Amino acid sequence: MTKTKLNMHLQCPMPKLDFEVITLGHGSGGLLTNQLLDSGVFNLLSNDWLDQRHDGALLNLSGQTAFSTDSFVISPVFFPGGNIGELAVNGTVNDIAMCGAIPEYISLGFIIEEGLTMQEFWDILVSIKFACEKANVKVVTGDTKVVERGKGDKIFINTTGVGRVHPQANIHINNIKVDDKIIVSGNLATHGMAIMSVREGLEFETDIESDTCALNHTIKYLLDEFGIDIHLLRDPTRGGVATVLNEIAKQTNKGITLSQKELPIKEQVEGACEILGLDPLYVANEGLFIAVVDGNIADDFLQKLKSLDHGAHASIIGEVVNNHPRQVVMTSAIGGRRVINMLVGEQLPRIC
Amino acid sequence: MKYLTEYRKPELVEQYLDQINQSVTRPWTIMEVCGGQTHSLVKNGILDMLPKNLQMIHGPGCPVCVTPLNLIDKAIYLAEKKEVILCSFGDMLRVPGSKKSLLESKATGADIRILYSPLEAVKLAKENPEREVVFFAVGFETTAPANALSVVHANRAGLKNYSILASHVLVPPAIEAVMDDDESHVKAFLAAGHVCAIMGLDEYYPLVEKYKVPVVVTGFEPVDLLQGILMTVRQLESGEAKLENQYSRVVQSDGNPAARSLIQQVFQVNDREWRGIGSISKSGYEVRSEFSNFDANLKFQIDIEEAVENGECIAGQVLKGIKKPYECPQFGEKCKPSTPLGAPMVSSEGACAAYYHFATAMEGM
Repeated sequence: MTKTKLNMHLQCPMPKLDFEVITLGHGSGGLLTNQLLDSGVFNLLSNDWLDQRHDGALLNLSGQTAFSTDSFVISPVFFPGGNIGELAVNGTVNDIAMCGAIPEYISLGFIIEEGLTMQEFWDILVSIKFACEKANVKVVTGDTKVVERGKGDKIFINTTGVGRVHPQANIHINNIKVDDKIIVSGNLATHGMAIMSVREGLEFETDIESDTCALNHTIKYLLDEFGIDIHLLRDPTRGGVATVLNEIAKQTNKGITLSQKELPIKEQVEGACEILGLDPLYVANEGLFIAVVDGNIADDFLQKLKSLDHGAHASIIGEVVNNHPRQVVMTSAIGGRRVINMLVGEQLPRIC
Repeated sequence: MKYLTEYRKPELVEQYLDQINQSVTRPWTIMEVCGGQTHSLVKNGILDMLPKNLQMIHGPGCPVCVTPLNLIDKAIYLAEKKEVILCSFGDMLRVPGSKKSLLESKATGADIRILYSPLEAVKLAKENPEREVVFFAVGFETTAPANALSVVHANRAGLKNYSILASHVLVPPAIEAVMDDDESHVKAFLAAGHVCAIMGLDEYYPLVEKYKVPVVVTGFEPVDLLQGILMTVRQLESGEAKLENQYSRVVQSDGNPAARSLIQQVFQVNDREWRGIGSISKSGYEVRSEFSNFDANLKFQIDIEEAVENGECIAGQVLKGIKKPYECPQFGEKCKPSTPLGAPMVSSEGACAAYYHFATAMEGM
């Protein structure tokens, strides 16, 4: 599994005029807004729907449709392995994919703090463009607002997406039953620790990079092959794997067991967690999903996932059990047992 | 990971457990002093693996837990002054003061920064000459050298806008307080490895002598803890009481003299209030008068009322090992990590939080 780096060499054609930075005027709806959108958003993200420049997009949807929204307020905006732009696309794409759907259209809303440089905005737009191309989604409508300095943190992005549900998919919490297996698609805690490494006051030297990526193609191949035997898909972003598994245990009124030995985690990430006293089970993830699948297909599912993009480090980490309903219990690497609770408060704020 | 994975090997854990099982013939009560040890015992599920007649009691070695209410109120008071940037370790933020926590204070506009090192706070002071930077210097002997170093650095740089709110506590007086308590059942101690890495072993010999109690300086990984417990049990079973050092890969008998001389340069021993336990004589550090410019207690006029503890919290009995966290009627009811009544439910090293988060549920698993 190699993550293709985004090509960031498109030249910035922004009409800089007297402006090296975004000003309040760029959000006024007037001339400056138009110039900014023409040279940036419309230029880079052009498609039939967006080019109509209407107040909204007219879409032809049929059948069961997934619909999801997410806001991105990450700090810092540029982080090792990516930036807020691709994160905003991948985040919503993945949320749709977790519904067992194929994401098709997204909206794109910017709230920009005045003072963001044109170059930064351009770099973010370019990464949005490439992320959309990789995920095969179109930005069909959007909005740009500018707030006074000090009223935001460089840039916030909201994306909302829709996608058709895969014909073989039946993703629902009620499908989960005892003996189902819990599978994670890759290494834990990578995104959270990449952000941590560049936080003001916490910087440490490391080559950990965020694993942000679109998972929709991987999910589609899995649905093609395993269909209704995939009972639930979740992306364990904020709150980490521990929080998602607790939600599942509580909603299903069943127990979940975990094996610490089976948790995949990069050595550098594990080391950074040790030093900072963080538990990787609670650290945020991006390019990662949890699948709860029928126990009978778990091994085949794992083999298939390992052969797909973003799945090389996948692992069966636990199973659904009758014991200890509503609780997640982990067998530690040395054979002891402990309850894994939900995250209280925040391990680290503004991670996505 | 070198120096970590070796001490987490399941085969070694099993060997030590076997030996502990073979050695224990009677019930024993051992206190692990340090919150880091409590955390590791619970996190790795070790408590469940030990023989039933071996009871571990979780000691007062969680600095966040024993920081008095009054000092937290002081920190909040300072944080809410416009000119102040208050820097703190993350764990302190959720500890309830008498009216609110630092986290709530932050949410309503106080400039509070979470740092991992006091030297970062000195850097902040340099970068913000128009602001007053206060570091909430909480900790046992382990963090004292770094906090002292921050004062030395700030002094050398001629900074006038850096100070520390010192809340340092010391392990040996706490062990004495536990032994002097009539209700205490503790028969032996696992001493805190990292504290001894700084302080050395000398101050523990008199304790062993006075109370005829085994003390084993112990590390934090599963194999460390089990080896420390085995050494303690062997002493108890043979009726011995001596000081032993399990954590010799880190702890030398004279500790770290350079770090100690930094502590002596900046701090002096004082009487200290321990939250939940009360006042213990000569059990803390305060900033020496030579560095009074860097003592936030003296630098600012701190005008707050003496706070009264919430009577429902039995933190004192928990920290002295008289009660287990789950024996508190409020445990998991009114008192949870999201709404703590007392500090041991806040810090990840706090005995109550450790139990709440990790302990195998008490419902027959």
